[in-house]
Order: sequence, then C-alpha cells, then structure tokens
Amino acid sequence: MNELAIKDLLYKLADDQLILGHRNSEWTGFGPILEEDIAFSSMAQDKIGHSLAFYTLLQDLGEADPDTVAFTRNANQFHNSQLVELPNGEYDFSLIRHFLYDNAEIIRFEMLSQSSYEPIAKVATKLKGEVKYHVLHANTWIKNLGSSTEEAILRLQASLNEAIPYALGMFESSKYEQELIEAGVYAGEEAVKAEWLKRIQAVIEKTDLKLPDLNSIEPKLGGRYGEHTEHLQPLLDEMAEVFKIDPTAEW
Amino acid sequence: MYGGGNVFEATKFDDLQTEDPAKLAEFEARIARGEKIEPNDWMPELYRKQLIRMIEQHAHSEIIGALPEGTWITRAPGFRRKMAQMAKVQDEVGHAQLLYSAAETLGKTREQMLTDLINGKSKYSNVFNYPAYTWADSNIISWLIDAGAIVNQMANAKGSYGPYSRALERICAEEAFHLKYGHDAVVHMATGSPKQREMIQAALNRWWPPIMTFFGPSDKMSTHTETLMRWKVKMASNDECRQQFLDMYVPKIWELGLTVPDPNLKKNMETGQWEYTEPDWDEFKRVINGDGPCNAERLAVRRTAEERGAWVRRALLNPKAKYVKPLA
Repeated sequence: MNELAIKDLLYKLADDQLILGHRNSEWTGFGPILEEDIAFSSMAQDKIGHSLAFYTLLQDLGEADPDTVAFTRNANQFHNSQLVELPNGEYDFSLIRHFLYDNAEIIRFEMLSQSSYEPIAKVATKLKGEVKYHVLHANTWIKNLGSSTEEAILRLQASLNEAIPYALGMFESSKYEQELIEAGVYAGEEAVKAEWLKRIQAVIEKTDLKLPDLNSIEPKLGGRYGEHTEHLQPLLDEMAEVFKIDPTAEW
Repeated sequence: MYGGGNVFEATKFDDLQTEDPAKLAEFEARIARGEKIEPNDWMPELYRKQLIRMIEQHAHSEIIGALPEGTWITRAPGFRRKMAQMAKVQDEVGHAQLLYSAAETLGKTREQMLTDLINGKSKYSNVFNYPAYTWADSNIISWLIDAGAIVNQMANAKGSYGPYSRALERICAEEAFHLKYGHDAVVHMATGSPKQREMIQAALNRWWPPIMTFFGPSDKMSTHTETLMRWKVKMASNDECRQQFLDMYVPKIWELGLTVPDPNLKKNMETGQWEYTEPDWDEFKRVINGDGPCNAERLAVRRTAEERGAWVRRALLNPKAKYVKPLA
C-alpha cells in the first residue's frame, strides 16, 4: 500500500477532528442551556481524543509526535475541510455544522472499520461507537428544533443554507482516491457523500427545514489541499499560544 | 468550586417565632439524630431560605468558575492538558447542573436562579472575580482553588439537607481528580524551565490574596451562625476551613520550592494554628459588592450566553416541538 495515500487520509481524519473538537470546546460555559454546554464539551473531548488516535497512527508511520504535528503546523499544512474551521456563530450554526459533519463522519468510520489497512480498521471500530452518540445528539436536536418555533426554523434554515457549500467540501477527493478505493482502504468520498445525502435527507424530511438543491451549489473546496478560510490561522495561533512559549518544555 | 463562608444573612430570632414549636422541636431532634431532611419533609422557612441561598450560590460559583479556566481550554499546551482541561471545566458545569437541581427541590426554578445571577441579586464565590492572566493562573486555580473547595464541600457534604449532601458527595469525588490534575500541572511548571517557574510563582503571587479570602471573613467578624450550625446547614466555621487548608497545602507549596507571598505566614507550634497577615477584608467586601477586576465581565459573559440562547429555550417550550425520544 502506498504510504503517502494512507498518510493523506489520516491527516484528513485527524485534522477534521482536531479543529472541530477545538470549535466545540469553545461552547464550554456559553451553551444555550447547561445540558448543551455539557454535550458540546463532551463531544469536543471525544473529537480531540479521536484526532490524537489518528495522529498516533501517523507517528507510527514516521511523522512527528502528535503534539508537534497538532501544535506547530501552519494553516496551509492542515488538511481539514473548511466546514470545521468556520467560527461557531450562533448555536443554530454550530448545531447544523455538527449535524452535517457527524452524519458524514460516522459513515467514514463505518467504512474504515472494514478497511484493508488494519491499524485504521482497529481505531475506526473502536471510535465509531462514540461517533454514534454524536449523530444521535445532532439528529435529536435537529428534529426537535427543526419543527418548533418559526424563529428556530428560520435560524436553522439560514444556517443550513450557509453551511451546505462547505459541507460538500468535506467530500473533496484526494489525489490518492482511486488508489485507496482499489486497495480496499475504504469506498472513497463519492460513496461517503451518496450515503450521507440519504441519511441527512431522512432527518430533514421529518422537520420543517428544506435541503437546498445541491446541484446548484458550488462546493467550497481546497481544505484537503491546505487552502483555508481566514479563520483557521487565528484558531491555530490561539491553540499554540502557550505551547510555543517553549515547545521543548513539558507542560 | 466553592468556598462558601460569605453567604449567610444574620439569623433573626424573630424568624423562628412564626414556626410551629412542636414541629420545630421534632425537626431539630431529627437533625440532632443525624437524619437527613428530604424535599417533602417539614422544615422552617429560615432553613429553606438559607439552603436555597447557599446551594444557589454554590451552583452559580460553578458556572462562573468555569469561565477563568474555560478561557484556557483553547490554549492548553499539548493534547494531554487540552483534554484534561476540557474535562475539568466540563465537570464544573456539570456540578452546576446537579446543584441547580438540588436547589429546585426547595422551590426555586433554575430559570429564576439564573435571572437572579444576571441581575446581580444573588452572588457567587468572590474568587472568580479575579482574572486568570496566564496558563499558570489556570493551573493555580485547578489546584488550590479546587483544594479549598474540597475542604469546604467535604464539610458540607455532612450537612442535613439530603439532596445537597448527596450532590456534594458526587462533586467531591470529581473534585478529587481536579486536585490531582491541578497539582500535576503545577508540579510540571514548578520543576520545568526557568520561564515556567517564573510563570507559576507569579500566578501564585496573584492568587494568594484571593485564596486567603476564599473561605469568607474571619469568625471574629462574620455574622453569627449558631442556628445554622445547629441545623447542620453550615458545618465548619470560616477560620476552621482556612486553617485546615493551610495545614494541608502550605507544606505542599513549599515542597515545590515556591514562595508563599506572605512574610508573616507560619505555623505557631504552641497553638497549632497558622498565623498570617490578615487579608484585606475591605477589598473583599468591595469586590463582593461588584467592584472587582472581573465582576462586570463575568456577568456580561453570562448575560450574553443567556440572551443568545434564549431562542433555543423558547423553541423547547413551544408546544409544536415534538418530544423526540432520545435514541439511546
């Protein structure tokens, strides 16, 4: 198996989760109700933990240690989708992003748990049980708020419209896509996207929300290749603020 | 995290005149026998009032206390600290949830309590009106403020009100982990690079005065609380808690080669009591009454969170909102 292809996949997985975990953690202390404060904080811990698991696999393949990789790279070295780096905005945007992201992530994890590349298969099998709860959380809240007050529906619809082009960017294919599919690592991003669409549609149909016509939307691409919005670098600077005081120190 | 000590109103003898003497005697006898009082049991109004006040202030202290350390979650250095810091602060918010529920059993809703927090009617632990300038400040809070909270909460866990006492037992179990986490972080700083040592000493210097006031005013000057002690609402005096804290933690601070910024701090071997420079109680009062470095900021954050989340709470109350069965 081409190691570069595996590394590319691992970086996508790890970076997505590190950055979204970081964003989720920004809700700590600010949630609309205490229970949601706690829920986002909980998911943040899982996501950061998952990213660590994938960075550790990268270290096994000869990359630098997880702290160095996470805390010292610049934005153009990150492979996360642009969706996860966008600021939290209001709760409606964070919830919609969480819904769109985790419904894709669970599919990736389900596929990867069957992967021909055993180290990923093992980690994905272990972690998909946690992502399952993130999906349940997102779907429950979308169903509940998505058919409640006009105010809530309008907010969620506006956030859905805003997030969808970025969500489509999650499925940007890697330059190793064909290779990964042929080697049985997983079925590839197009397959993830097709299944994702079915699942999010099934939830949205139960609400007063409408999924925009995806054919008329230009996906926000580039994240997988190090092109990011202006929001990622400040996030990374903040994340590394203490670490960079002395990167060789033990904190 | 909560130090208590500053929450009691003077108990007026008159307050008990309206109570049924037979019921009052039975209530006091139950407490004397070590029984717990449960939500539906008879209790004097004063007991109810003071407990709501105390549990509510404790709950507020947890969510406001999440803010100074919370700002360091996104900046925690390295995976290990980042994950632990998140979990620790999340615990504090979880404690608030638990405590608001305990207070609700006495008849005040969570919404009302949060409203009173925002409009300044009810207080929270004064120590959170001080800023956490650096990562080291956050470490000092995790270690020493949590340590102080444990001293106070372990005492109160033996109190007479069932729901509060059970909540405190769970909280103390979690705080014990916070203490280990905080201590570990401070040890790394204190035994680390010169820069790290400098950071942690500076943070200790900033936090020592607020820590010394954490348990509330000296017994010599605090309002008299005999009734509350008899009812096992207040379980230890402010000075007893402060002495216990100093006994347990000053040696540990010295062990790390750190200096406590009080030249008068020493243990009097004859009395067994710690002697220290009397904290500035005028400043303490000033800060409690709103004039501290962070009072306005803390409440503004809370107010903003409430305002921004209002639409979610309205949506949840909407009769059109279907109850979606959680899927697990």
